[in-house]
Amino acid sequence: MKSMRNAKTLISAGTLWLVLSLVAGTPLAAWASSSEDEPAPGRAMARQVTKVERPGITTDHSRLEPLQRTFTKGAEITQACMSCHTEAESQFHQSIHWSWRAGEEKGKAGYSLNNFCISANKGMDKGCMKCHPGWGKSTEAINCLVCHGQKKIQWDEIFQDYAAFAESDDPDEKEIAAEIQTEIQAAAQAVAQPGRQNCGSCHFYGGGGDGVKHGDLDSSLAKPNKALDVHMGVDGQNFDCTRCHTTHEHHIAGRIYTAPAYTDRKSLVEDDLIAKITCESCHTSTPHKEGSKPNDHTDKVACQSCHIPTMARVNPTKMSWDWSKAGKLKDGKPYTTEDEFGKHDYMSIKGQMRWDKNIQPEYFWYNGVIESVTVKDAVDPSGTVAVSHPVGDRTDPDSRIYPFKVHRGKQPYDKVHKTLLAPLLSTPKGYWTTFDMKGALQNGQKALGLPFSGEFDFVPTTYVFPTTHMVAPKDNVVQCSECHVKKEGRLQSLSGFYMPGRDHNSWLNTIGWVAVLGALVGVMLHGLGRIFTSGNGRKEN
Amino acid sequence: MSRAKMKLIYLYTRYERFWHWLQATLIILLLATGFEINTGFSLLGFETAVEVHNFVGITWLIAFAFFVFWVFTTGEWRQYIPTTRKMFAVIRYYSYGIFRGESHPVPKRKEAKHNPLQRLTYLSLAAMLLPVQMTTGFLYWSYNSWGEWGLSWLPLEVVALVHTAGAFAILQFLVIHLYMTTTGHAIFAHIRAMITGWEEVEEGVKVEEWEKAKSGA
Repeated sequence: MKSMRNAKTLISAGTLWLVLSLVAGTPLAAWASSSEDEPAPGRAMARQVTKVERPGITTDHSRLEPLQRTFTKGAEITQACMSCHTEAESQFHQSIHWSWRAGEEKGKAGYSLNNFCISANKGMDKGCMKCHPGWGKSTEAINCLVCHGQKKIQWDEIFQDYAAFAESDDPDEKEIAAEIQTEIQAAAQAVAQPGRQNCGSCHFYGGGGDGVKHGDLDSSLAKPNKALDVHMGVDGQNFDCTRCHTTHEHHIAGRIYTAPAYTDRKSLVEDDLIAKITCESCHTSTPHKEGSKPNDHTDKVACQSCHIPTMARVNPTKMSWDWSKAGKLKDGKPYTTEDEFGKHDYMSIKGQMRWDKNIQPEYFWYNGVIESVTVKDAVDPSGTVAVSHPVGDRTDPDSRIYPFKVHRGKQPYDKVHKTLLAPLLSTPKGYWTTFDMKGALQNGQKALGLPFSGEFDFVPTTYVFPTTHMVAPKDNVVQCSECHVKKEGRLQSLSGFYMPGRDHNSWLNTIGWVAVLGALVGVMLHGLGRIFTSGNGRKEN
Repeated sequence: MSRAKMKLIYLYTRYERFWHWLQATLIILLLATGFEINTGFSLLGFETAVEVHNFVGITWLIAFAFFVFWVFTTGEWRQYIPTTRKMFAVIRYYSYGIFRGESHPVPKRKEAKHNPLQRLTYLSLAAMLLPVQMTTGFLYWSYNSWGEWGLSWLPLEVVALVHTAGAFAILQFLVIHLYMTTTGHAIFAHIRAMITGWEEVEEGVKVEEWEKAKSGA
């Protein structure tokens, strides 16, 4: 009987585990064996839409007649370009790249400001003009070669040199002049779609130096490896900027300033005429393997939030800039100090600065609009002034959680008018020459045609940059538990919604655990009672 | 008081035992992973905990459908009809008689597996607590479809908190249930019965007609 029962036990247990493993095991096995080699749908889709090579160029510019003449100044090259590209000038003049204006008030050439060099003072601050796509600091004609030229030329210098040698009667110098002219012509003829160096010559150096402004855009993207940028990596897809920043009549997709860079989150599958500016354009809005949790996140979390775990992974970027510390002198002379990265962390002309690398972004709800204050807007100097901030809200269906670099500054404001102030920096009357902040503010405000009471102080400010470049390969991605965690998660500061893993109700949990503990203590007491009373029918044995 | 003569009866069918242990395994896995997600202690890690919790939860949902089918087609649902008869006697037994070595007032029989307290507890579990837990769990799992289902007005927090409260109730049940298994004539008697199907009960105890699950059958 006993052995029979044991056998029955064994059979029962065996059956139980057999069925259990069948029930649980089959999907588990299927789950585990889902092929790792097979690319996720979003990756396959992106590969598909970028498979076709760009159509080759049908014009060899070195054979074009207008580019064979002698050029003595930049505007003549512009003229040569326009003789064929008849509409390019008017198109480009309307673009923000040329106008530096966004609407009536905003733009570098308007009343916009930041917490770096603050303002371009309506073009009065000539230092800013080195990034304007004209010939030198002149706005007479467009320098097409800033964006389309394949040769690096100091145009101001080369034309000066040419003029100097060409005027000479010395045959040797005439020969040198001819050589310079050949170089100029070769540069004018070497034109193509803008490459990384073209865009990067300004955008890598925004704010006046490498990586100053953007944490996700610096000279490390000129020739990045795949680990730094999975799209641009020379050992990977090797994309140029224009692969995503597509262009229509010289208006380049991707600008985020006063309006969103895009309003539709469509893929090329849904609409093959869209600009390829969003991740979804190529990867679709459900890029991960079917049924995988990340696909459920794409309605509320931007791709960048998980796929750019840190920015400035190669070169450091500037994190803060305190103008109130500017103007200190050593032995009556301005000086600079360097930090661990070899970057200036103090400059008499600029103040105290902090640089950093491998920065975890800050996260905000963002619908694609950045709101910013201008020099004309009243601000509240009692707290931190958001010079620019992302617009968005959890309840807005167009808003998603998006990563940002936040640059923190301390910059001058007018104590009477309660507005931020725009000091003039370069030029002989600017702060960098005079070290007189009040005078610089007077000159800067005058250039803008705005009042200055003469009373100023410094206020803490923030300025934001959406993080979208430096997308890391799939194995370097933000893990679930970096957000879904009780303490110090990446999304700690975002409130108003329940996030599993981060949130719980402490009342409920306290009551719950007290109840469970109560049950435990209760049964223990009951059990002890049984032992001490020798109850439960076992006393007679 | 001398001990009554014992006899073996086949109390739990193979399916019942299988279901019991399957459900036990699933519930314990769900409790462990669920509380990892809720309280943040480190066991499997958040991601794996969520994956396991989802997988096990769906498995439970499917398995529960089979149980519901079984309980109705076999007529076993009658074992869960609540009653107040002998309820007081059972309460008295567990709070007094058990310490005096008395016999259980409602012994187990094939036709009447549950005493009045068990009927009430298991009915509340099977008909209320577990369905609430399954519903909230399923909703939680399908959060991304709420919009399509017209449930956008429903805050995730409410579902999450009801689900957590249910989990605490189940954990509390588990603690008491585990303890109650030791109250048989021997510490592991009830557990053994749930594994082998054979329970040792006192001989010659008459089961009243109303107690039987299948009257006349």
